[in-house]
Amino acid sequence: MKNLHLILLFLLIGIFAFATSEGTETYTAEDAPWDDGTAVLHRWNLSAKWEFLSLQKADSLGVYQEIFNEFSPSGQFKETGLNPDTKYQYRLVAYNKERSDSTSLFSETTTQQQWFAMNKLPLLILLVIVCSSVLYYILSARKGKELFIRRISGLDSIDEAIGRATEKGKPILFVPGISDLGDIQTIAALNILNQVAMKSAEYGTEILVPCRFSMVMSAARETVKDGYLKAGKPDAYKEDNIFYVTDDQFGFVAGVDGIMLRELPAANFFLGAFWAESLILAETGFTTGAIQTAGTGQPHQLPFFVVSCDYTLIGEELYAASAYLSRDPQQLGSLKGQDFGKLLTIILILAGIIAEIAGLGWFKNFFEGVF
Amino acid sequence: MAELMKTIGIWLSAYFTLSIFSFLYKDNPFYKLAEQIFVGLSAAYWLVYTIYNILIPNLFNKLFTDFANNWILLIPMVLGIMMLMRMFPKLEWVSRYPMAIMIGTTAAIAMLLSFQSDFLSQIAATIVNPFKFSSPVDIVGTILIIIGTICGIYFFYFSKKPEGFYKIPSKVGIWFLMVSFGASFGYTVMARISLLIGRLDFLLRDWLHIIK
Repeated sequence: MKNLHLILLFLLIGIFAFATSEGTETYTAEDAPWDDGTAVLHRWNLSAKWEFLSLQKADSLGVYQEIFNEFSPSGQFKETGLNPDTKYQYRLVAYNKERSDSTSLFSETTTQQQWFAMNKLPLLILLVIVCSSVLYYILSARKGKELFIRRISGLDSIDEAIGRATEKGKPILFVPGISDLGDIQTIAALNILNQVAMKSAEYGTEILVPCRFSMVMSAARETVKDGYLKAGKPDAYKEDNIFYVTDDQFGFVAGVDGIMLRELPAANFFLGAFWAESLILAETGFTTGAIQTAGTGQPHQLPFFVVSCDYTLIGEELYAASAYLSRDPQQLGSLKGQDFGKLLTIILILAGIIAEIAGLGWFKNFFEGVF
Repeated sequence: MAELMKTIGIWLSAYFTLSIFSFLYKDNPFYKLAEQIFVGLSAAYWLVYTIYNILIPNLFNKLFTDFANNWILLIPMVLGIMMLMRMFPKLEWVSRYPMAIMIGTTAAIAMLLSFQSDFLSQIAATIVNPFKFSSPVDIVGTILIIIGTICGIYFFYFSKKPEGFYKIPSKVGIWFLMVSFGASFGYTVMARISLLIGRLDFLLRDWLHIIK
């Protein structure tokens, strides 16, 4: 009986609290959780009679300046770009339709830096899972486990292209993109260059590598030299064949076009990051009759390579190329680990869609870093 | 004098524009001259640009005017000098260290960025309940995005031979890719035509004054 009374009392308090809360207008400004102390989270709940709002922040002189004014009866706004460990004062002013009546609500908060950015937690978890799978496959490959990789036709053509250049007694042209060494596509292109240089050294075919940036040229020289060393022909390496043209995008293209027309390479490789010049390069190569292999991770340039080159490595294939060509267990293991990541992506997307249909919003929120 | 220089500039621009256009016929001395001047001038321009817009303001000025707060810049300066060691055959090996740092840092940064944008954001953006929309167009559009994304990812899955059942998502994936390439091709061709119009406009308006 005593318990029943207590339950009834709680129910009454609850109903009373709910009834009074409907009419209560609230506004709070709080330090955004789990961040670097540069954001404040504003939350408000206004009565139905207001139709405009003005969220204001006090400046150094104490004068309130508007920072947000999109009205909604209840809502939140995340203010960013603030200084950590600083006290801020705010005022929320709500007006009626005619702006003849208004109410002001005040709040203040101090921004604080947190040790961890919890919205990055899903990134950390997935990074650990995928990196672990890469390590697992690398270790498996090292232990001698056979790793299957399906055929990639664009890469099988590389041998054919080098063979054709050898038959014709013409050089090979390799353009490692027009981006600097700070682009992962350039690094992927240099990995392929190593394999192409090795094969061209084996066949005794000259390789020309025009570069847009000095850093790429230096790295390309090291890469080609290494390829010639691996092929056991270090004396055949010619440093002058890997050269700088110009930093200017279209100046570089004009120079490479000239090389294609005058040197008439039998095989052209355009691998790496390309922009507006992709079609100019590939079309010029096409007119010289060279067998052309292109590959880039730039989605907008792929169509031009697809229409004007014999083989095109689409996006991810560019990054897989080095492992595929070298059959190096370490690189193959890394590729298999990345494949696991792709499979995981597909599974998570499917599971997420099912969860969304079932009304379980937390699944998607997790990937958006909202907890 | 200014007018004369402007006229000379327009005539030179017109000459080089026509020389570059002559490549459409075939390689010829006019194109060769224009190409060599273009390459040479642009290389020289970027050399001067790098010195005056990057090295002097970002390195030398900061080091000479406020060394105490910018001493950290000594690290990239030393790395840059190490790169120059390539010029001396006996010290060539020194240049491999800055290169290794550059490649390693690039790979690490790119991995994090692509994990965030290509992996996490892609997953979050594709997790959509297609039946939450009221319009049939939105429902079909969302379903197509889901199928296209999943099949597109599967196309780049290298661990399984695309045969039998596994051939279907791979084929669907490449169809989606080709359709997007076609749309992208058309869009870019339109942009290129506008560049051509820009050059023709220069020739006909500024040079020949045919268009007023």
